[in-house]
Amino acid sequence: MSAPSQWTVFWRTVVGRAYPRIIGAQREKSWVFFEIFLPLLQVTAYVYIYRAIQAPPEFIGFVVLGGAMSAYWLNVLWSMATQLYWEKETGNLELYIVAPTSRMAILLGMAMGGLFATTLRAVAVITIGTVLFHVSMSVSSVPALVGVFLTTLVALYGMGMLLSSLFLLFGREAWHLSNLLQEPVSLVSGFYFPVRALGQVVAAAASILPITLGLDAMRQLLFPAMLGKFRFLSPGVELAILVGLAILFLFLSHRALAFFEKLARRDGRLSVRGQ
Amino acid sequence: MMSDCYAIRTEDLRRVFRAKRREAKKQKREVVALDGVSFSVGSGELFGVLGPNGAGKTTTIKILATLLSPTAGRAWVAGIDVAKDPKRVRRHIGMVSGGETSGYGLLTIEENLWMFSQFYGLDTRVARARIKELLEVVGLADRSRTKIYHLSTGMRQKMNFVRGFLTEPEILFLDEPTLGLDVQTAHTLRGFVSNWLAEHRDRTILLTTHAMHEADELCGRVAIIDKGRILACDAPATLKRELQRDAIFRLRIADLADARGVVGTSPDVTQFTQTASEAGVDVDAILTHDGALTQLLASVEAAGGRLLSLEKREPTLEDVFLHIVGHGFEDEIREGGSA
Repeated sequence: MSAPSQWTVFWRTVVGRAYPRIIGAQREKSWVFFEIFLPLLQVTAYVYIYRAIQAPPEFIGFVVLGGAMSAYWLNVLWSMATQLYWEKETGNLELYIVAPTSRMAILLGMAMGGLFATTLRAVAVITIGTVLFHVSMSVSSVPALVGVFLTTLVALYGMGMLLSSLFLLFGREAWHLSNLLQEPVSLVSGFYFPVRALGQVVAAAASILPITLGLDAMRQLLFPAMLGKFRFLSPGVELAILVGLAILFLFLSHRALAFFEKLARRDGRLSVRGQ
Repeated sequence: MMSDCYAIRTEDLRRVFRAKRREAKKQKREVVALDGVSFSVGSGELFGVLGPNGAGKTTTIKILATLLSPTAGRAWVAGIDVAKDPKRVRRHIGMVSGGETSGYGLLTIEENLWMFSQFYGLDTRVARARIKELLEVVGLADRSRTKIYHLSTGMRQKMNFVRGFLTEPEILFLDEPTLGLDVQTAHTLRGFVSNWLAEHRDRTILLTTHAMHEADELCGRVAIIDKGRILACDAPATLKRELQRDAIFRLRIADLADARGVVGTSPDVTQFTQTASEAGVDVDAILTHDGALTQLLASVEAAGGRLLSLEKREPTLEDVFLHIVGHGFEDEIREGGSA
C-alpha cells in the first residue's frame, strides 16, 4: 500500500481532529444550559436595560447578535487558544507532534470542529433571542452579510490559532492572558453596544480583534436603519480589513507554530506537564 | 556520520536541562539527563534501554521521537537526523508511553483510535479493519464502543498499544509501556509485542523499562543506562553469562533490621541489596567465591541475625545491573538506599 500524500494526511487530520468537537462535544448535554441558557440571561439583562432607557428597538437586535457572536469569542479563547495547553496536560500533544501531520491541520481541525459546535449554540441564542424579544431584522445584502460573517470567523479562528501557538511555549502562564482578554475584549469589541460609543481611537485600536469589525459590519447589514447613526466604518471597509486580518493571522499562526514548536523542543516544554 | 544501515543510531548524545532563573535558586541550575549516549539498533531488532527512574531512558526516547532537541551529539532514526529533519523522521515512527491518558473521554475506543489513525492519513476502511483486528488481539473487542472515560488503567493502556501499532510504524518507541499495570495485563501486552514483531520482521522496537524481567523476556539486546550514561550494551544472556563466575545468593534473615553493617563490610561481598521483609530483611549478595558464604553467615549470626532461608541463584539482569552500577533499582527509587 502506497503512503498517502501530505495533502491527504492534512485533510484527514482536519476531519479527524474536528470529530471530537462535532460528535463528542454534543454527547454532554450540559452545553445546552451553559452555552445557551446562561448567555441568554446576559442578553436579557441588556435587553431590559435598553428597554428601561427606551433605546431604539434596533439595540435589542444589537444585543442578541452580540450575545450570539460572543459564543465564538469564548470558543476561540478557551477552546482554541488554551487547547494546546490542555492537550499537553492529557498527553495528546506528544502524539500530535510525533504524528507525520501538519500542526496547522490539527489546529484547523480544532477550529472547524469548534466552529460547527459553536454555530449550533449561536444559532440557538439568536433564534430564541429573536423570538423572545421580537427582534426585527431587515437584511440589506445577504451575500455581504454571509461574506462578513465567514471572514470574521476565519480571522477570529486564525487569531485563536496564533494564540494557541503561544501556549506551546508559555504553558500555564499564558492562561492569564486568556483571563486577561475575556472581559476587556467583550467591552472594547462592543458585544452589547455599538463600538463607536467608545470613541474612534478605542474603536480603531479594538479593530485588531476581528469580532469588533465583524459585529459592527453585521449590525449595519442587519439593521440598516441605524446605519448612519452608529456605524464605525462602512461594511465594505470593514470587510476589507477583515480579509487582511484573516490572512495576517493565518500567516502569523503558521510561522509562530513552527517557531514556538522549535523553541519548545529545545527547552523541553512539549511534554513536561504542569508547567 | 550518517548511517542508513541502522534503524536507530545515537552518537555522543547529551541533554542538559536548565532550570528557569527563578527556580535555579531552589534547585540545581543544570541537570545532565544524558551524558554522551551512543548506541545503535539494527532493523528488525527489539532493543531495550534498561535503567532506574531518572536514568535518562525517557529523555533518550523523546529525542529520538523528535519531542526534544539534544544539547549536543547526534541521533538518526531511519537514517534521518532527528534534529535536522524531524518532519521526515515522523513518517517512520510511532510511540506508546506507560500511563498515557491520551484521547478524548467522550469518544469511544473505536472513535479515538480512528481519530489518531487520521493523523497518519490512514484510509478509514483500512483503519477500521485494523482497529477491529487489534482490539480482538488485546481482548478489547467487546468494549470498542465504550467511551474511554469508563476504562480502567489496564484497558486504557491496551487501547494505547493498539493506537501505537495501528499505523504499523517502521520504528516504534515503547516508553515504560507496562508501567502501573497488573501482572496479567502486562503479560498480555508483552505477548502482543512479541507476536507483532514476529509477524512484522522488518520493524524495529526500542523499549525503555525498569522492569528487568520485561527486558529479559522481550529484548534481543539491552543497554543498561544510569545517570545519563550507558554502562553496558549486549544481549541479556551475554551480560548474565559474564556474572556466572560469581556466587550470587539470596538470604532471608530474621531479627536483623539492617544488614548493611554485616554484609556491606565484608571484603568478599562485591555488591548487595537489601529489602525489608516481615521477618527482617531479604539480602541479595554477589560474593567473590562460594567459600565466602561461611564467613558471611557467621557474621550474620554474630550480629544477632537468624538465617531463615538461603538460595543460590542464577544471575539475572538485576544482578547484572547491580554488578555494573553498584546499586539496585530499588535503592535508586528509595533515593540512595542501602548499598
